[in-house]
Amino acid sequence: MLKSDGLKKGKNDLILVGIILSLSLVGFLIFKLTMKDGNRISVSINGEEKYSYSITDNVETDIITGDNGENKNVLIIKDGKAYIKGATCPDKICVGHRPISKDGETIVCLPHKVVVSVTEEK
Amino acid sequence: MKIETKNITVMALFSAVAIIFSYIEAILPPIWSAIPGIKVGLANIVTVTLLYKFSIKEASIVAFIRIIIIALLFGNAMTLIYSIAGFVLSVAIMDILKRTNLFSTVGVSIAGGVFHNLGQIIVAMLLLQTKEIGYYMIVLAITGTVAGILIGIASNLMLKYSNKLRL
Repeated sequence: MLKSDGLKKGKNDLILVGIILSLSLVGFLIFKLTMKDGNRISVSINGEEKYSYSITDNVETDIITGDNGENKNVLIIKDGKAYIKGATCPDKICVGHRPISKDGETIVCLPHKVVVSVTEEK
Repeated sequence: MKIETKNITVMALFSAVAIIFSYIEAILPPIWSAIPGIKVGLANIVTVTLLYKFSIKEASIVAFIRIIIIALLFGNAMTLIYSIAGFVLSVAIMDILKRTNLFSTVGVSIAGGVFHNLGQIIVAMLLLQTKEIGYYMIVLAITGTVAGILIGIASNLMLKYSNKLRL
């Protein structure tokens, strides 16, 4: 009795995992398929848009943040793609992020509250 | 649960265990820093254990003590918001699924892990004013599942041994 109960719960657990993973996969695919190439790279700090570049520009710039300007992310825009070359944040997640070019794609640096995103302007 | 010396002691004991778990995780290097939000969340062992041993009330009291102390020691207002959002969503879904009696401790814990990440994503979207971070949810759903399996197994052990100690 107890054992069959455990087996049933194990099966339900698997169904639950299946539902969770397929829901997030569906969400991801919807996200991915609705993406188009963007034409602007916008940089926002603390939720406010601070800089904006054309994606066709060749840019190498330091994004300085923090109360005393102690935080730095180096933004590169080259060949229609944007990426972060270097950063002073502890986790370096933004540096490891692949280059972005599709509308809506972002690189986020949570410690510095910097978001680099691709946008579409007509 | 009545306010008795034994209950206060048990809550204090579990709070101490939860804080130690968070501390261990804070001093360990990140497992895989290429993707944000990857953390096993050892302290959730205590949350799952208390949820099964007592109820959502006890689990929440201990979690809030832990979250506030850890934020005071190692974090800031930002990490506090992320922790609370993650906890509230995860404990809510775990309590609901536990009440259905359809899933094992591991299944409940998996849902908790995924919803913990979901809560943090929602906070990140609101704080950074960008919906695009939703992109990460697929990664965080997978890592939340793995973390949930580990936490569920560990919680089963914790429940077994705490019953032996008659806590």
